[in-house]
Amino acid sequence: MHKHAMDSPEDWLDAHGSALYRFALLRLRDEQQAEEAVQETLVAALQARDRFSGNATVRTWLIGILKHKIVDQFRLASREVPLAESGVDALDCPACDDDAAFDERGHWREPLSDWGNPEATLQRRELMAILQRCLDALPERLARLFMLRELMDAPTEAICQELDITPTNAWTMLYRARMGLRACLDQNGIRAGRKD
Amino acid sequence: MQSCRVASRLASESLDRPLGLRERFALRMHLWLCANCARFERQIRAMRTLLRVPDDASCDADLTPEARERIRKALSRSRAMPD
Repeated sequence: MHKHAMDSPEDWLDAHGSALYRFALLRLRDEQQAEEAVQETLVAALQARDRFSGNATVRTWLIGILKHKIVDQFRLASREVPLAESGVDALDCPACDDDAAFDERGHWREPLSDWGNPEATLQRRELMAILQRCLDALPERLARLFMLRELMDAPTEAICQELDITPTNAWTMLYRARMGLRACLDQNGIRAGRKD
Repeated sequence: MQSCRVASRLASESLDRPLGLRERFALRMHLWLCANCARFERQIRAMRTLLRVPDDASCDADLTPEARERIRKALSRSRAMPD
């Protein structure tokens, strides 16, 4: 066993806790959620320490676990809040399907509304809340993939490896996730001037 | 001209892979002429901006001593009851 794997998780907390916390806080923007993500990371690391290969540094290994815990937190965070009636179905996702958006000639069925600059019209907190609810409404696999790509900035290759899919699959799924999310955000109040 | 269905897919892929020269040209052409697809493209970019951490973001927050204590407790609990 690699010598670092012999360190106790308490040592990891001392050595890497701050770095893990900052990494989580920048993405979750919520102190409590960030703390929980760090805690779950260290607990998971404790249980999986035998599988630490020693090829990576401990910090890299821990950050790798943390990324998944952040994705979990991001979705859990909004689970209690019900989505507007018009939202995307939780089990399947009709709005992710491009047949819902395009007619047989490939034109948009409905004109798209102008979102303007959502960050100027809505509080960041409100925006994140809508976004989290809409992510929760996406099918699990699509939401995970989307968050690995957008929240974690994971390259396609890493996503393909992780979910065991081809790049073309990944691009199709990302496209579906974006279609579904876009429709959900649009229906849940991200439009420009809605607050005026 | 490519259909909106094709253009929107290409706009999405442009966020995940470098487009070829021809693809890039066709997409730019379409977005220039089609207000709906131009909006779609702006909206999916906005979703990314909202989620991504800016390159220049920094954060000097830290776990409080209380938070560290809570985490230590969780670790000993987990050790006592491994699952």
